[in-house]
Amino acid sequence: MNLETIIPEVASSVNWKLEGKHLLSEDLRKKAMLVLDNTPFPTTKTEAWKYTRLAKIRNGNFVAQPAQLSSNRYQVDANSVSIVFVNGHFAKDLSSAEFPDGIKLLALSQMDAAELNVLGNDLPLDKELFNAFNTAYATDGVYLHISANMRIEPVIEITHIITGTSTISNVRNVITAEAFSKAHIIQQYVTENGNACFTNAVTEVSVAKNAFLTIDKLQYEDESCFIIATEQVNQVADSNFTINTITLNGGLVRNNLNINVNGVNCETNLNGAYILKGNQHVDNHTVVDHKVAHCVSNELYKGVIDEKATGVFNGKVFVRKDAQKINAFQSNGNVLLSDDATVNSKPELEIYADDVKCSHGSTTGQLDDEAIFYLRARGIGEKAARQLMVGAFVGDVFGKLENEAVKLRIDQLLEERFGWDFGS
Amino acid sequence: MLKINNLHASIDGKEILKGLNLEVKAGEVHAIMGPNGAGKSTLASVLAGREEYEISEGSVDFDGKDLLEMATEDRAREGLFLAFQYPVEIPGVSNVNFLRTALNEIREYNGQEQISAKDFMSLVREKSAIVELDAKLASRSVNEGFSGGEKKRNEIFQMAMLDPKLAILDETDSGLDIDALRIVANGVNTLKSDKNATIVITHYQRLLDYIVPDFVHVLYDGKIVKSGPKELALELEEKGYDWIKAELQH
Repeated sequence: MNLETIIPEVASSVNWKLEGKHLLSEDLRKKAMLVLDNTPFPTTKTEAWKYTRLAKIRNGNFVAQPAQLSSNRYQVDANSVSIVFVNGHFAKDLSSAEFPDGIKLLALSQMDAAELNVLGNDLPLDKELFNAFNTAYATDGVYLHISANMRIEPVIEITHIITGTSTISNVRNVITAEAFSKAHIIQQYVTENGNACFTNAVTEVSVAKNAFLTIDKLQYEDESCFIIATEQVNQVADSNFTINTITLNGGLVRNNLNINVNGVNCETNLNGAYILKGNQHVDNHTVVDHKVAHCVSNELYKGVIDEKATGVFNGKVFVRKDAQKINAFQSNGNVLLSDDATVNSKPELEIYADDVKCSHGSTTGQLDDEAIFYLRARGIGEKAARQLMVGAFVGDVFGKLENEAVKLRIDQLLEERFGWDFGS
Repeated sequence: MLKINNLHASIDGKEILKGLNLEVKAGEVHAIMGPNGAGKSTLASVLAGREEYEISEGSVDFDGKDLLEMATEDRAREGLFLAFQYPVEIPGVSNVNFLRTALNEIREYNGQEQISAKDFMSLVREKSAIVELDAKLASRSVNEGFSGGEKKRNEIFQMAMLDPKLAILDETDSGLDIDALRIVANGVNTLKSDKNATIVITHYQRLLDYIVPDFVHVLYDGKIVKSGPKELALELEEKGYDWIKAELQH
């Protein structure tokens, strides 16, 4: 018998057409390409990708292709400052022309080489092949700078639209909230007449001393599309960072939230809701790394999974050796609405300090039949009864949302996609 | 209003109701008593439409309609109300949101307009007073964290809100202290009219000191074996059920 060692194909061997202008510095891009030349695609044997198969992405024939759209139909908040990207390229005509005092809101493509050369260095590349693809092939993205001591009144809305067949978008966003600032961002991922597209987005976020930053991350791409969206966040002392990840559509969705809590007295809130059907596969992967003492993190993810869809939750909290007096809470709950629905939930705590308060938990179940009977016995139809129960289940995640326009958009999307009327 | 004829019902292959007959007219209060395992709660469950029971024989006519053909929600919309022996806790669903949904679905079914928010809230205030239910409980999640007495009062509050034609109280008195019992009974009596009817299923004669029945029925081994005026309840309290069993054997 002849045994040969099977060498897995490296990432750079994919059949993707990535030609175009790439924005980050040549040095950084070279580093990223080296990673791609040496890193195979993860398989389900790779711990971080245990429940998510990447074959459809690896074997896709994606093409980087700019496109024009005549309007932005996705603006959530009529009073927002809005910036739009189509297929990973700045859509100037669809974006707000003026920005309020206290923020600098640009496309990377509007910046000069000297400014671009200093960006992107904080993202880990080693073995992180989607980070590496993004770094090597980012075509554009947002540069948002919130000045110190400024409270930004309008919501800042960043919309990524993908369109066409097998379009790939490598979009790179850089967000900096300076000391004592406060701002609220909506970052959306949507499809318009798109099929089998792939969005590979990276957002680097830096939250300075005593800054407050909230991101509502809203995802409803087409069911044929793939999205990998990574937030790489650094928090320093006394800062407050909240991200609410709401996934309502998309064929394969993977969210990587990597939060480094580097300063004392920080608060970190990660909330997520995923409501899935069809063959959707949605994977929320979070890491909160408490490196220093006296911080709080709260994580609440809830999923409702119907038909043949799959939800994955893998949340990890590190509490490093000297990070005493940490309060870290993590909870994931799932409701399966069909026999074919699947969930894989893995909350993890790794604690090296000895004076901390941490908890994690995971539940998976079905809607309570007894409760549904009770509601029906009061005259509520079966469908409405189930909807009330589902609404109640995910309601505590939606209850964390502060922006009324975002809630309204979610209600609309749920009604369109599931025929659910949560509006009360 | 309600006419049960030769009703047979079983669960998991075991027959519980074995030819039950009962007629209830508008304006009447009927008490159904009987020992454990006689089928009292099964009767309530079958009338409310629990799907795990199989009806092998018999009929139930509710105001000229075949009750057994109707889905649970349609029975409620036609005016049947079951006060649960064990009210269910539903975290996250507020009592008022739940009741407004229920009320509006019932109104829609009956061709009526939706109730306005203002009218609804004044109805809540009026009806919660009947059972002395704290207005704060009305806005909390359905039954969540309620005491036993609060849950039962909440059942009667819902009954008051939905104004049914026929209410079935399934052991509403069990687990209530004397004050809560009085409040619950007072609620039921306040809601009584010549257009509606009540079936009180109970273990204890005690409740019938407060809700005075027009008829008392003894349910035993899946059938109503004896019916009589309200005094029958006192006799049962005094003598237990053995004399009825003995009577049956002759």
